[in-house]
Amino acid sequence: MTLELRHVSKRVGAEMYIYESSLEFREDGFNILLGTTLAGKTSLMQLMAGLERPTSGEIWFGGKNVTGVSVQKRNVSMVHQQFINYPNFSVFENIASPLRVARLARAEIDRRVGEVSEMLRLTPMLDRRPSELSGGQQQRTALARALAKDSDLVLLDEPLANLDYKLREELRDELPRLFRDRGCTVVYATSEPTEALLLGGYTATMHEGRITQFGETATVYRQPADLLSAQVFSDPPINTATVTKQNGRFVLSEAVSWPVSGNQEALRDGRYAVAIRPHHVTPFAQEKNDVRIEGRVLVTELSGSESVVHFDLGGQTWISQSHGIHAFEVGASASFHVDTGQCMYFGDDNELLAA
Amino acid sequence: MATKTQNSRAWLFVLPVVVLVAFNALIPLMTVVNYSVQETFGDNVFFWEGVKWFEQVLHSERFHASLLRQLMFTSIILMIEVPLGVAIALSMPKKGIGVSVCLVLMALPLLIPWNVVGAMWNIFALPDIGLLGRMINGLGIDYNFTQQPGAAWFTTILMDVWHWTSLVVLLAYAGLRSIPDAYYQAAKIDGATPWAVFRFIQLPKMKRVLTIAILLRFMDSFMIYTEPFVLTGGGPGNTTTFLSIDLVKIALGQFDLGPAAAMSLIYFLIVLLLCWVFYTLMMRHEAQ
Repeated sequence: MTLELRHVSKRVGAEMYIYESSLEFREDGFNILLGTTLAGKTSLMQLMAGLERPTSGEIWFGGKNVTGVSVQKRNVSMVHQQFINYPNFSVFENIASPLRVARLARAEIDRRVGEVSEMLRLTPMLDRRPSELSGGQQQRTALARALAKDSDLVLLDEPLANLDYKLREELRDELPRLFRDRGCTVVYATSEPTEALLLGGYTATMHEGRITQFGETATVYRQPADLLSAQVFSDPPINTATVTKQNGRFVLSEAVSWPVSGNQEALRDGRYAVAIRPHHVTPFAQEKNDVRIEGRVLVTELSGSESVVHFDLGGQTWISQSHGIHAFEVGASASFHVDTGQCMYFGDDNELLAA
Repeated sequence: MATKTQNSRAWLFVLPVVVLVAFNALIPLMTVVNYSVQETFGDNVFFWEGVKWFEQVLHSERFHASLLRQLMFTSIILMIEVPLGVAIALSMPKKGIGVSVCLVLMALPLLIPWNVVGAMWNIFALPDIGLLGRMINGLGIDYNFTQQPGAAWFTTILMDVWHWTSLVVLLAYAGLRSIPDAYYQAAKIDGATPWAVFRFIQLPKMKRVLTIAILLRFMDSFMIYTEPFVLTGGGPGNTTTFLSIDLVKIALGQFDLGPAAAMSLIYFLIVLLLCWVFYTLMMRHEAQ
C-alpha cells in the first residue's frame, strides 16, 4: 500500500510547521526524511501517522483518503528517538501490547512475539522489565513492538539517535533487513547524511518545513536539485562560493580560475553559486582538473585516518576533508587543491544548472 | 604514612557536619534517652528506673487510644489526599497561562503558617458565626465541631485535606510533566484507552514522586500537632487527641518527664519503622 501526501501543509498558530508539500512514498525500500532538527521531519511524521491533522491537503494510503481517519484505525506503528516502552510491563508484554489491544488469539500473540524477539535477539530478555535493559535492548524492544504489529506503515523517528556509536552501526545494518519483504511502507527520519547513504532506498531532503527534493538516495546525493538539498545532504557542510563565468572560464578570484567544460558551456556569462563537497578539496594535488586555492587555516580536526580542516577563503569558511593525517598550523596560510570537475553550479534561485 | 596524614586532615572538613548533627540531633535525642530511663524530681537529681517508663507507656490504654486515633487519621487523610491530588494534577492544564495560575493557587495553602490554618478553620467552622458552620447548619444538619466528635473529625480531616492536598498535586504534576509526549503518542498509536494510559504510563512514571508524596504526607500527618491543637485542642473530650497532642499534655501538662520521654522514643521508632516499611514496599521492584 502506498502512502501519498497531496498538497499537505501544517500550521500551528502563526507558525508554519510544514509548507505545502506533495510526496509519494515508495514500498521497495526505506523512505528517508533527511534534515536538521526543526526541519519538520517529526511534524511530517505526525501527519502521516494521523496523530495530527494537516491544516490543508490530503493524505492517501492504499488508494483511500485517510486524512480524517484516527490513528487507531490506520494500522501504523512508530518508533521514537527516546526509548518508549511501558515501564512496568515485561519485554514480552511490551511487544504483545498492540496485539492485545487488537484482541488477537493467545497462540497467535505467542507466535508473533516469539518470531520478532528471535529476529531482534530479545528472546533471553522476554521476562525483564525495560528498566533492566540496556539502551540498545530497550530500543530493540520498541522496534519489536512495531514489527510484531505488522503495520502497513512504519514510522521510525530518529530511532538510533540516542544509541551509542557501536549499537547504532549494528542496528543500522539490521534495520533494512528486518523490514524487507514485509509489504509495508517504512519512513525513517534522520539528521545524518551518512545514515541516509548507508540505509539506501529513497531520500527526501527537508529544510525549514519544506521538502526540497525526493528521489533515490544516491541520485539525490549526486544530483541535488538545488543548493539547499545539496547543503542538507552534506556532512561536513558543503563548500560554497560565488564565481563569475567569462571568456570560457569560471573566475573565483584574480588568481583562481578554471576552464568551462561539458554542459557548463551552455551557461550564459554571469555570476553563479558554486558548491563542492569537502572531500573534493584536499591538501594534496588532485588527479585531474586540479586548481590550487589559498586559505587561512581556522580549525583542524584530526581523526585516526582523516583530516578535516576549516579554512577561510575570501571571507567564506571552507572545509577540506581528506584521508591521512595532514598537519596544519592554525592561523597560517595553506594551499588546497580543488577537483573542479566535481563542482556544481547553481542559478539565481539556487536551482542546479550544471555539474 | 603519606595517606595517613591526608586522612587525619580530611577529618577537619567533616568536623563542622559532626558538630551540627551533634547539636541538632544527637544531643537532644540523648537527653530524651536520658529522661526515659530515669526519674527526676528536679534539682538535677536522677534515679535509675530502667525500662519502667517504656512498660508503662506501652501498657497504657491512653497511649493505645491516641495511637489508634493517629493511625486512623493518617490512613484517612492519605486515602483522600493521594487520589485527590493525582486527580487534580491530571486535570490541570499542560500549557498556557492556566499552568501558572493553577500552580499559584495550589501553592497558596502551603504558604500559610500552620497555626493560622488552625485558627482560620476554627473561625470558619464555628457553628454560630463561621461561614462553613452556618452553612452546614443552614442545610438542616446539626453540626458543632466543639461538641460532636464526628463533626470534630470531619472538620480536622477537611482542614488537613485543604492544607496538604496541594503538596501531592504539585509533586504529581511534576511527575506528569516529566513524561515525554512520545509516550502518549505511542499509546495513541497502540490504541490504548485513557484508563490504560493512566494505569500503564502515567501511574508507573509517577511512582517515584508519589512515593515521596506519600512518605512526606505520612510523616507530617503522623506528627501533626499545631493545626488540630488550635482547631479543637484535642477535643471534644479526647476524641481528636493525636499522639503529639497527647505527648505534649503528658510532658508539659502533667510534667511527667520520664513517661513523656519514653513515649517520644516509641513514637519516633514507630514513625521510622512505618516509613521504612512504606519505602521498602513501594520500591521493591526497583531494588531487583
